[in-house]
Amino acid sequence: MRPQNGHDSPNDMVTAPWYRRLSWEWMMLALIIPVAVAVSLIFPDKGERIAEVSKTFFLEMLYILPAVMVLMGLFSVWVSKDVVVKYLGSGSGLRGLLLSMLLGALPTGPLYVAFPMGAMLIRKGARIANVMAFLSAWACIKIPQEMVELQFMGWQFTATRLLLTVILVGVMCLLAERVYLLRDQGESGHSS
Amino acid sequence: MSVTAIVINILVGLALLLSFIRDRKKTLKGLSIAWKASRRMLPAILLVIVAIGLFLGLVSPAWISSVLGEGNGVFGVAISALLGAVLFIPAILAFPMGASLLQSGAGVMSVAAFITTLTMVGFMFIPIESRELGKRFTLIRNGFSLVAAMIIAILMGLIL
Repeated sequence: MRPQNGHDSPNDMVTAPWYRRLSWEWMMLALIIPVAVAVSLIFPDKGERIAEVSKTFFLEMLYILPAVMVLMGLFSVWVSKDVVVKYLGSGSGLRGLLLSMLLGALPTGPLYVAFPMGAMLIRKGARIANVMAFLSAWACIKIPQEMVELQFMGWQFTATRLLLTVILVGVMCLLAERVYLLRDQGESGHSS
Repeated sequence: MSVTAIVINILVGLALLLSFIRDRKKTLKGLSIAWKASRRMLPAILLVIVAIGLFLGLVSPAWISSVLGEGNGVFGVAISALLGAVLFIPAILAFPMGASLLQSGAGVMSVAAFITTLTMVGFMFIPIESRELGKRFTLIRNGFSLVAAMIIAILMGLIL
């Protein structure tokens, strides 16, 4: 698993062996949990909120993560590289960009479950700008979220923000892709 | 469990069943990919969850409102944008907060900056994103998103 993961993911990941990265995260976790507990003991009312918020997000992860991961696994075995390249690859143009945003805007879970999806799309030959558009749409124009926005902020605010977001995200992704590919060219084959 | 979560789980369950019927070997391979990705991300996700809990526990909504309400001009927009980028608040809480801020006289620019970076830029998720997509990708995407969010906010302030 690891060597394969190393060579087809973006290249910074190859430098550190996986167990060192893992231990870094566990160490941070071992550090932050006592801090959270200490704060909770000193300020009981804040502690209650910390526990409640953490629980809410933990449950959200539990409900959504397995499903999205399974979806990603199925996608990676059933959808061929050719299909991804055709619709989301470097030749997909504006339509690919819009399709990526549409895919990202479908009702879904928290942003972090989209990251392995994005990595898988890159491995399958999707264009960097499209993956960035997919992630951005996932983050800020999710359909259920827009319903809440419409309800509270009114149609004028929502429509303006949505329109500006789609345009600017598109432009931003194309620019960001150029920057991303500046040093990267020829180094590895993952970016189609 | 939210409706979205239920719908997604049912749809994925059906897809899994269909896939299993069509090709058992392929399905198992897909499941193993899913398992490996989950295991790889788990420590980072747990870290982020506890960090979000700690952050939201310490920072009260009243404090955020006061910061956003005070901010004016470019400086106010920048502060709001940064606050939105660092914090992580679910939409169901963020939008009512934005609405009440607007009603109490806060600038459209600040509120738009806050909401746009809040949803678009996830500084909290950087550990997970860089693990999955690489540091370079993560930094570029988040940096550009922050700039785009600021531009969106300024344009909204000018239009509305």
